[in-house]
Amino acid sequence: MAITATRGQTGLTGNSAVAYAMKQINPDVCAAYPITPSTQVVEDFSSYVADGVVTTELVTVESEHSAMSACIGAAAAGARVMTATSSQGLALMWEMLYIASGMRLPIVMANVNRALSAPINIHCDHSDSMGARDSGWVQIYSETVQEAYDNMFMAVRIAEHKSVLLPAMVCFDGFITSHAIENISLLDDQEVRQFIGEYRPAVSLLDTDHPVTMGAMTLPDTYIEFKHQQSEAMKRASAASVEVMKDFGKRFGREYGLFETYRLEDADTAIVILNSAAGTTKVAIDELRKQGRKVGLLRPRFFRPFPWKEMAEALKGKKAVAVLDRADSMNAFGGPVFNEVRSALYDLDNRPKMINRIYGLGGRDYKVKDALAVFEELAKVSETGGIETLVKYITL
Amino acid sequence: MVEHKKEYPLGGVIPKGGTAHDYSTGGWRKLRPVLDKSKCTNCLICWVMCPDSAIITEDGKMAGFDLDHCKGCGICAVECPDKVKAIKMEQETD
Repeated sequence: MAITATRGQTGLTGNSAVAYAMKQINPDVCAAYPITPSTQVVEDFSSYVADGVVTTELVTVESEHSAMSACIGAAAAGARVMTATSSQGLALMWEMLYIASGMRLPIVMANVNRALSAPINIHCDHSDSMGARDSGWVQIYSETVQEAYDNMFMAVRIAEHKSVLLPAMVCFDGFITSHAIENISLLDDQEVRQFIGEYRPAVSLLDTDHPVTMGAMTLPDTYIEFKHQQSEAMKRASAASVEVMKDFGKRFGREYGLFETYRLEDADTAIVILNSAAGTTKVAIDELRKQGRKVGLLRPRFFRPFPWKEMAEALKGKKAVAVLDRADSMNAFGGPVFNEVRSALYDLDNRPKMINRIYGLGGRDYKVKDALAVFEELAKVSETGGIETLVKYITL
Repeated sequence: MVEHKKEYPLGGVIPKGGTAHDYSTGGWRKLRPVLDKSKCTNCLICWVMCPDSAIITEDGKMAGFDLDHCKGCGICAVECPDKVKAIKMEQETD
């Protein structure tokens, strides 16, 4: 990510940067139950509330299920609402995630990626947000602290976009991004206010002059129509996100897309990988490029909506592609990113050979040597045209 | 009611109040309340107790049942004072 703006440079952890973004957004309501490794987001933000630098109503609830329930209630009342969680917290919200999206409430959540129990583990993998991938939330993944910070503002715009109206979660890696200090460029409060604008909900439970009912029962005569509306909104979220990202780039000089490519255009083989591990992979790519090897990377930023057409276009003509998943679907057929990317490429005339490698579960390090080993495997696959093992765990 | 499915309000919002009145739930009924006017003392305990507001009153007197919304729960028949017992539940004939 090319950082061209230099104003307000400061060293912040991912959590502090995201809490600072929430301070600048100044949501009407934040209901949260702190959980490792996202604790500091809520901790920092509660300080902003206590210091009176935000006007947010902070609701300290007794569980994540209650946190999301309170967020839904507040959003139904017409508030701009945010929260943060991780792992078991997101899992406990599961029932309410679907209600937030089904009721079309543009709640924004920071999800700091952490492994799911059992065995219990507090470190990074993507099993938490991948478990919520069909919950109807927009999912934006972030490689760096800067990107997590920027994504928070864009998530607000995308979620509240008139053609979308869906909740959105910004995901970034637990400890690796959440607790590491990076030098990042902050926006001015004024710039943030201008970028996100005011939230004007279409309906509000507090508008007693126009009483409405929310969350009503729908039977077989109407339920599928509402789900169809929701599905269409997710389709429109791609274009809306591109529009929001363009505006962000124009205003602040940092350009983002539905996914990022790195030295991909002329590459013969490529790795597809989410979040912070993309940075490690880029180092491996630079090393191999020095030896004249044509290797590249595609890092999905949006997993929901899944930009399958654009991805297929970007990976067209590659000889071999490895999708690296930091979560296992436990389907005996590989991780979620692999299955969707592979499916996206199905209609290409000249499909790349594809393999899936599961890495880094529960915070296991993914090192440059691991990326190099995958590129070695890819070289073999593209040479021989044969795949020895379709799905395999690495970093064991 | 919204006529065209394309115009359904987002997220299943019902965009105005009082719509339960337009939605007939009387079809769920297996037992129908029947009033014996000659016994009724117009104490209106049935009106107080009915969970569906299905007791119709006129000039402060019990006037019958709103059978579009009465689900036949029988609370009115039970709550009608023992000395009066003006409401009986009868089997609905389908």
